Amino acid sequence: MAGKTLYDKLWDNHLVEERDDGTSLIYIDRQLLHEVTSPQAFEGLRIAGRKPWRLDTNLATPDHNVPTTLKERKEGNAGIEDPVSKIQVVTLDENCDDFGITEFKINDIRQGIVHVVGPEQGATLPGMTLVCGDSHTATHGAFGALAHGIGTSEVEHVLATQCLIQRKMKNMLVKVNGTLVAGVTGKDIVLAVIGKIGTAGGNGCAIEFGGEAIRNLSMEGRMTICNMAIEAGARVGLVAVDQTTIDYVKGRPFAPTEAQWEQAVEVWSDLHSDADAVFDTVVELEAADIEPQVTWGNSPEMVLPVSGIVPNPAEQAEEDQQKAYARALEYMGLKAGQSITDIKLDSVFIGSCTNSRIEDLREAAAVAKGKKVAANVKQALVVPGSGLVKAQAEKEGLDKVFVEAGFEWREPGCSMCLAMNADKLGVGEHCASTSNRNFEGRQGFGGRTHLVSPGMAAAAAVAGHFVDVRDVLQAN
Amino acid sequence: MEKFTQLDGLVAPMDRANVDTDMIIPKQFLKSIKRSGFGPNLFDELRYLDEGKPDQDCSQRPKNPDFVLNQPRYDGASILLARQNFGCGSSREHAPWALLDYGFRCVIAPSFADIFYNNCFKNGILPIVLDDATVDSLFTEVAGAEGYRLTVDLDAKEIRTPSGRSITFDVDDFRRHCLINGLDDIGLTLEKSDAIKAFEAKHQASQPWLFRQV
Repeated sequence: MAGKTLYDKLWDNHLVEERDDGTSLIYIDRQLLHEVTSPQAFEGLRIAGRKPWRLDTNLATPDHNVPTTLKERKEGNAGIEDPVSKIQVVTLDENCDDFGITEFKINDIRQGIVHVVGPEQGATLPGMTLVCGDSHTATHGAFGALAHGIGTSEVEHVLATQCLIQRKMKNMLVKVNGTLVAGVTGKDIVLAVIGKIGTAGGNGCAIEFGGEAIRNLSMEGRMTICNMAIEAGARVGLVAVDQTTIDYVKGRPFAPTEAQWEQAVEVWSDLHSDADAVFDTVVELEAADIEPQVTWGNSPEMVLPVSGIVPNPAEQAEEDQQKAYARALEYMGLKAGQSITDIKLDSVFIGSCTNSRIEDLREAAAVAKGKKVAANVKQALVVPGSGLVKAQAEKEGLDKVFVEAGFEWREPGCSMCLAMNADKLGVGEHCASTSNRNFEGRQGFGGRTHLVSPGMAAAAAVAGHFVDVRDVLQAN
Repeated sequence: MEKFTQLDGLVAPMDRANVDTDMIIPKQFLKSIKRSGFGPNLFDELRYLDEGKPDQDCSQRPKNPDFVLNQPRYDGASILLARQNFGCGSSREHAPWALLDYGFRCVIAPSFADIFYNNCFKNGILPIVLDDATVDSLFTEVAGAEGYRLTVDLDAKEIRTPSGRSITFDVDDFRRHCLINGLDDIGLTLEKSDAIKAFEAKHQASQPWLFRQV
């Protein structure tokens, strides 16, 4: 019999019951909650007179709607100017208080983007199943955890039963061989993968990212990659556990300690695909071939190396693609044949669950240090992923680097990744963004998003248009 | 959840691949703490020419005459014909809530994004996967005949066209059973409480650190 993949192992370890048609009940170890996808779930519990199955395992924090200016944040919930946003944040507080769920409220230093907070607190552990009503829950797969983004009905289902109804997915391996060139990051890897397999390439699959380039990445880099598995269509992204994982988890507030730590590390040492495991699909990339990436269209698969040229819709093979490319060029205000480096920017956003961790901020600060944001860039935001990331960055003086360069240093939250709070793009504005989706209107009505790494975003802020961050780093 | 057995409905075509959840329901409408009322904002940025705001009277807004659902011939449509990877992007259940609130009970496409597909079943919407050629033929038929309707029979796993053509489709038995009977997943799972508790006890014994209070 062939060996098991990491996904097979995680699945088998949590399988409560499998029905004849393959529909299965899997046990969920952790649920993370935020204000946008939970209110209707709590309401459902109340209407049905149900109680959460386990209280001790749910962790909540508001992130999507929270303002990021100090002025609004100083006064906590009362300071949220948008009344609809305020209701949602207040409702989360009330629900967590009523049901007795641990919540890091708006001005708790531990508050932040749920996918930054979980790992930071050790609430995300290797080998666990974790869910959250947010598609970027795939992030936590970087720890060798089986993490699913779920809808609100499923949030309610997990609260009430501690289980999720699932069908087993297919196994896909994305292997990134060799070593990355300096200045090329996890973000560039995942954008290149999406460019190669497309936004539906991973539909129905759990994608395990492996190979030397992945093994050499920090946990932050691995989280960035797993975070965007969903942009390749996969609900689940995974990276095998190794010493890097264990070193990251050790000593975090909710990580096991003493004898349990030793026992856990032993259990976790099996969290990798067996050498003879069989994957349904294998995709290979050479790390050395990956350049810094920039998206030019309205789907993450519309991506090019920074040295690229905006494609001509007429030259695409499929009619569907011709139409989609033409529509994207029109929306983005770009012309076929234009160099990526000629795209001028109005805005820069460094943040989101993809790229707002300390290493991301260090990477951007290294580029911005001693420079100034270009005059044509009207707004350049740096939004740390959590209160603790913000505090660490300030301890290292990164906030000063950004502020001196002309960036705004903000309070933690999802911010302009999806513009549910006040941070948004104006009509027609081009933004270099470290977030994960370049859909039409995502960062504001009529806004034009280009997805890039933190270093590329900082370099673009300084130049006022896209440049190759490797050139900037070399000149430094 | 409303039962889904048989649907005889007007078909509206959405001829665009990779329709994402931000397109189906833009983020400013996710601030609601209810499950209903999203219909007027379904496809908001495609449907209207101005920027939509929560709690607005949409009847007064300028409509985009080019958008398919604004054509009178598709008024009252309950079946949406779509292209590949429909519903990609976020996990927001507001997307199926908006489709349902608008009046759609069935979406037909060559493929769906996983989370969206799953969310549909939780809300009494039937997503049907058909091969590209069949979907193409339906697009042609819809374009050619005003008032084009389909009959979707979930029990028989069959779609019938006006010309009498029968198209079969596949759906998991469990999901089909739940939809046909309008069953609540949670109630069904709670019937398995003993199995869940037994699993939990074993799991806790082998990995006690997973049971620490957060």
